[in-house]
Amino acid sequence: MEKESTIKKEINLVIDGHTVTVPDGSTILEAARQAGIRVPTLCLHPALSPIGACRICVVEIDGIDRPTTACDTDVLEGMKVTTRSERLFNLRREVIKMILAHHPLNCAPCPKNGDCELQDLAYEYDLAATDFNEYRIETEQFPWKPFSTPILDYHPQRCILCGRCVKVCTEIRGLGAITMEGSGAKAMIHPVMADEEATSRCISCGECMRVCPVNAIVETMGGVRGKPWETKKVLTTCAYCGVGCQLDLNVVNNRVVGITTRDGIGVNKGRLCSKGRFGYTFIHSEDRLTKPLIRNREGKLEETTWTFALTHVAREFKRIKKEHGSDSLAGLSSARCTNEENYLFQRLIRQVFGTNNVDHCARL
Amino acid sequence: MAGLATVFGSGAMTNSIEEIEHADVILITGTNTTENHPIIAQGIKRAVERGTTRLIVVDPRRIDLVDQANYWLRQRPGTDVAWINGLMHWIIKNDLHDKDYIAQRCEGFDELAAEVEKYTPEYVEGITGIPAKDLKAAAEVIGRADRTTFLYAMGITQHTTGTNNVKSMANLAMITGNVGRYATGVNPLRGQNNVQGACDLGALPNVFPGYQPVSDPKALKKFREVWDTESLSDKPGITMTQMIPGIGEGKIKGMFIMGENPVLSDPNASHVEEALEKIDFLVVQDIFLSETAQLADVVLPAASWAEKDGTFTNSERRVQRVRAAIDPVGGSFADWRIIQRIAQLMGANINFSTPEQIFNEIRRTTPSYAGINYGRIEREGGIQWPCPDIDHPGTPYLHKDGFKRGKGLLTAIAYKPPVELPDKDYPLLLTTGRMQFHYHTGTMTRRCKSLSTLASGPALDINPEDAATFGLLEGDSVRLSSRRGSIEIKVHITKSVDRGVVFSTFHFSEAPINRLTNDALDPIAKIPEYKVCAVHVQKI
Ligand code: SF4
Ligand code: SF4
Ligand code: FES
Repeated sequence: MEKESTIKKEINLVIDGHTVTVPDGSTILEAARQAGIRVPTLCLHPALSPIGACRICVVEIDGIDRPTTACDTDVLEGMKVTTRSERLFNLRREVIKMILAHHPLNCAPCPKNGDCELQDLAYEYDLAATDFNEYRIETEQFPWKPFSTPILDYHPQRCILCGRCVKVCTEIRGLGAITMEGSGAKAMIHPVMADEEATSRCISCGECMRVCPVNAIVETMGGVRGKPWETKKVLTTCAYCGVGCQLDLNVVNNRVVGITTRDGIGVNKGRLCSKGRFGYTFIHSEDRLTKPLIRNREGKLEETTWTFALTHVAREFKRIKKEHGSDSLAGLSSARCTNEENYLFQRLIRQVFGTNNVDHCARL
Repeated sequence: MAGLATVFGSGAMTNSIEEIEHADVILITGTNTTENHPIIAQGIKRAVERGTTRLIVVDPRRIDLVDQANYWLRQRPGTDVAWINGLMHWIIKNDLHDKDYIAQRCEGFDELAAEVEKYTPEYVEGITGIPAKDLKAAAEVIGRADRTTFLYAMGITQHTTGTNNVKSMANLAMITGNVGRYATGVNPLRGQNNVQGACDLGALPNVFPGYQPVSDPKALKKFREVWDTESLSDKPGITMTQMIPGIGEGKIKGMFIMGENPVLSDPNASHVEEALEKIDFLVVQDIFLSETAQLADVVLPAASWAEKDGTFTNSERRVQRVRAAIDPVGGSFADWRIIQRIAQLMGANINFSTPEQIFNEIRRTTPSYAGINYGRIEREGGIQWPCPDIDHPGTPYLHKDGFKRGKGLLTAIAYKPPVELPDKDYPLLLTTGRMQFHYHTGTMTRRCKSLSTLASGPALDINPEDAATFGLLEGDSVRLSSRRGSIEIKVHITKSVDRGVVFSTFHFSEAPINRLTNDALDPIAKIPEYKVCAVHVQKI
């Protein structure tokens, strides 16, 4: 692609004794990753610019007393960085402890159980529920409040205030529909009300739900989800508009229970709109047609068998073709069907009906 | 997209979605992108916020992107040729057109320049209502920019002058050198997921798959061979909008409708309903008992997209996989299985056992798909046609080395007013469109709990001043009538529509807006004039 051709300056630094060379403007975290050194992160999300809220990614820099967050600090020439030390381990452990002191460790009924960054960190830093009793924090009671859209529900108790949701909404929408309000244990995410017509700016895209690490933002009307290990994810193309976003149908027991995306995959790069993300429950709607219907003598549609229906259809089309000629038949194909089906449909009309009277609703 | 096909030899988006946000200027018209293509709108917003891209919105409605726009040109509905000619007039007058590009790659410039001569900004203001100074400013921005991309949707094509609107847009793109390069182009944003694929694979009356004319003896021979049949007609068929009157005239006796709901989506919907009630034999294949299915003699239950394998082709010509996640619900079957069974029962020897086998036949008959196969899509994630052979990487933007038809054709086009304009009896202009939370006639989205919470019923958008004139308050029920029919609907008062204009969507069967719209057709594309018709409202 045609990008700026200015060659960026290179920076040399030392991380845990390894010399690393990275382009100017890289973060310490990026440099560490390039050197194959893992620094834990939590508020950072691959689709978003760094937030710098959780402080789990702290590292030590020679000559600087205070530990520094690696995800949002740029590298400097000659920097000496340490990513592992007892002090850092304890600091990180404290960070997770503080989060878990607020976040109910109620993993068994949580749909994130088994696919949760917070759980992984608790495991890595060897924390159990008894480890933060020392804080004796009273769990804050939050009265239920509406979120930015009726189709999402926000659970302040579960929220770890990482700020990803606010970030994604700002970076995607330009003007954020949600913001962080209050401080300390009382802080929570709040919808921003737009000035005009007192409606929220929210477009119900559900991006905030996508990036939330802990199930604090959930689909209000979503049914029970499966556990990650019993959920089959099937990559497919969205059925709504012509952008063709890539998404995963989440399947449990032969039912589609939700839709997720993969970061960076498809034209949408993991993003979706409200139709793509929430427009799946029609699949198991009560109204789905399950048997062929045929019009009876009283003029009512009644259920019939496939064999009877298809034999009747074939016989009638053949009769009309014989009595009135091929051009008395016509077919309307569908922009909702697949390429293969459109191809086969026009083949049926052209080859079997014997007419070119075939069209679809693209003109609409 | 007949307009684009005549100019460039192909009707698809010339460029890729990813390129849009790398343009210096984006001109967008006839689409409320935030509602219809939110993912694209997000890209546009990012580009504008980065400060690298300027945005020109041309729309009668105060659509969401207007907040980001550097210029908002608010034209009167149905006056698109006039403002596009006006932009060209000012660009040429100020010597901002791309003379090298025109000399090398286009023909017809002199005729075009002569035609737009009279479209001075002041003259255009009189027709469109766009202030002359705004039109001039926008023209200069486009004329001076290196890369401009032109985006449009049905708002432009659903007029009796739709084909001309698209051709005009192509004119503007070509004289400014904005076709055949990265981050430029003429880009229709398509409303339904696989409109592109349906066109590519021959669900059109005049062409076989791959836009090969049915009247071309070579194409005819090829399909006769591959399909092993003698019975292919070289006479172009009729379009959907001709099929309906065809029923009334007794010419069409039997019809097979797959996955469409024309009773709601068609203009002048009450005619469609009458006609389909009258037809001898109607088969409808769908996942729900749609309004159209209710009129059928036989209804065949189809599997939904979550239940079948295949491919879709998106607006930017990218062929991507659809994968079955669950078994067909109830006793339904994938559409391709049902079609094949009917063909077999009618005596044809068609025997595919998987969609992949059908795709492999597509590769043999459709040159632009020849190099694509399921294995490649699996590995590469999606491939943009034309992809003529297995080593071809696919084509992110078209016309890089010239147009399919040789030189790009510049066509002089004169502005013609819409067929039906407001008058004493029908003083308001009704325009129709989609909304963010629903899709087409709503058969799928209205059955999704979350989405129907967000927008549960139909409404008619009306400007506060008009509401005052007609004595209406928010939520009042009105009778909305045109020369063709009338419906009841609740009003929503909003400044998003201009004075004299009302807006509604066609997602809702309880307010079938297409009973009112005009089925006067664009003479070439045969697209009905949905966007503009004259109405009046009366409180009930
Ligand atoms: S649903 Fe989308 S617009 Fe609404 S708050 Fe979440 S990210 Fe923001
Ligand atoms: S709701 Fe989720 S994403 Fe937002 S701050 Fe809380 S934990 Fe983070
Ligand atoms: S990951 Fe760096 S501060 Fe959260």
